[in-house]
Amino acid sequence: MPITLENVEFTYMAKTPYERKALQGVSLTVDKGEFVAVIGHTGSGKSTLVQHLNGLLKPSAGKVTIDGLDISGKGEAVKKARHQVGMVFQYPEHQIFAETVFEDIAFGPRNKGMQENEVKQQVQDAMRFVGLDFETFASRSPFQLSGGQMRRVAIAGVIAMDPDYLILDEPSAGLDPRSRDAVFAEIMALYKKRRMAVILVTHSMEEAARYSNRLLVISGGRVILDGSPAEIYQNHKNELLAVSMDVPQLFKLSDELRARGMEIQADTMTAEALEAQIKTAKGLK
Amino acid sequence: MLTDIALGQYYPGNSLIHKLDPRTKILITLFFIVAIFLASGAVSYGILWGFVFLIILLSRLPLMLVLKSIKPLWIIIVLTMVIHMFTGQGENVIFSWKFFKVTQEGLEMGLKMSMRLILLLLISSILTFTTSPIVLTDGIEALLRPFKRFGVPAHELAMMMTIALRFIPTLLEETDRIMKAQTARGADFSSGNLMQRAKNMLPLLIPLFISAFRRADDLAVAMEARCYRGGEGRSRMHELVYYGRDYAALATVFVLIGLMAFIRWGNALCVL
Repeated sequence: MPITLENVEFTYMAKTPYERKALQGVSLTVDKGEFVAVIGHTGSGKSTLVQHLNGLLKPSAGKVTIDGLDISGKGEAVKKARHQVGMVFQYPEHQIFAETVFEDIAFGPRNKGMQENEVKQQVQDAMRFVGLDFETFASRSPFQLSGGQMRRVAIAGVIAMDPDYLILDEPSAGLDPRSRDAVFAEIMALYKKRRMAVILVTHSMEEAARYSNRLLVISGGRVILDGSPAEIYQNHKNELLAVSMDVPQLFKLSDELRARGMEIQADTMTAEALEAQIKTAKGLK
Repeated sequence: MLTDIALGQYYPGNSLIHKLDPRTKILITLFFIVAIFLASGAVSYGILWGFVFLIILLSRLPLMLVLKSIKPLWIIIVLTMVIHMFTGQGENVIFSWKFFKVTQEGLEMGLKMSMRLILLLLISSILTFTTSPIVLTDGIEALLRPFKRFGVPAHELAMMMTIALRFIPTLLEETDRIMKAQTARGADFSSGNLMQRAKNMLPLLIPLFISAFRRADDLAVAMEARCYRGGEGRSRMHELVYYGRDYAALATVFVLIGLMAFIRWGNALCVL
């Protein structure tokens, strides 16, 4: 049940003086159960890439399929396939429009054709996932909420559609550290519970290292590296530096400690794991 | 999605027309419109067409691009043509069927009117194709400045236009973004009857309005923070200067008007 891209190319504003190639010959497969981080600097084409995954942009050349079905066409089956891919845009709170939180979250499920009792169930579940109490928030106006809460409403609006694939375009941009951690904790919980595929677009190597189990590095509209974060940080440090990316600080620290003779495992990805190993090495545990 | 609108878009270049002073270009456009209304007879229209194509050639714009700017208004042009064709009064009936009749005078009138519209469209789109919006408003401000003593707020008008023009692409981008976001949530903007479609636009329009107000607010704060207080005593980085080419261009368009006037009334003058 994968999403596949075959030799996808995309050109913005074709045949004008502003023409710009955003994707060149991208081929990849995303399976359910994967947590993919897409990383690259501004203008590398990562947002363009993910917009192909649910047919918002149509490739200038190449093909995008969901479960074997070409999604550039028309028809109910294609529409249904696209609805299997939930997309949370950058600053998703800017898309909120309804009078109450409930109505806004229910927008997607209703468009999907769910029955009203099912819609209510989905909205309740989605709100629980993003940590908004149903009784307190459902009937409030979304425009009176704080920025972090609004973002959660927007994310809930996508989750409530019960997608098999969830794309998140920089979900932490502009949030304070606490809201950021909370949002990611909710996404991880959801990922673990529903075993969907999560595709996370980010600038931050730290976020990629911490949450993903597969890393795509994009530069100049091409996928230049594709593999597990640990493998990429270990073996492709120079390629990362060449496209002005860097390995996470945590990884640099592990490297440094290893160079000084401490035993640190190669796949250490979180601060907690590193802390535990340092404690073991120092005999504190 | 919404980014391929040809009308009113700047096409960067370095041609003679691009380099003309914006004031010159605005004046030429205005005088050319006068010339269009003075034109009478095939020769006059021939000269006007020649003039327009000469400018397109000099501006090195792709011909197709300029011609594409007619597209949004083609319905009006065709309608003008048809209405004149069928309602024009005249002696020489070319074709008649029941109470419809087409006269030669009507046909000529229709042709003349649609040609005027097309010429108007072409000359004004050449203006916007060869002049960036910011430079254009600079030109308008400079041209309106003499009218300040009559209470025309030249600077404020120009500033509002600059801001409006500046935010067109931003708002288009925003529209595109919100449209995509709602499409991803299953919104449908293109099917259903008129009422249904209008209702379907709400998830697009509400966020758009909210963001427009937020942007306006941010911009006002940013302008105030940089001590903006209207046009009084404000100097500019790029002063507009007329060069030789501007005088030459203006002279050409005056000759054109003279020519049009001569063709129209010349014979009467000769009789006198």
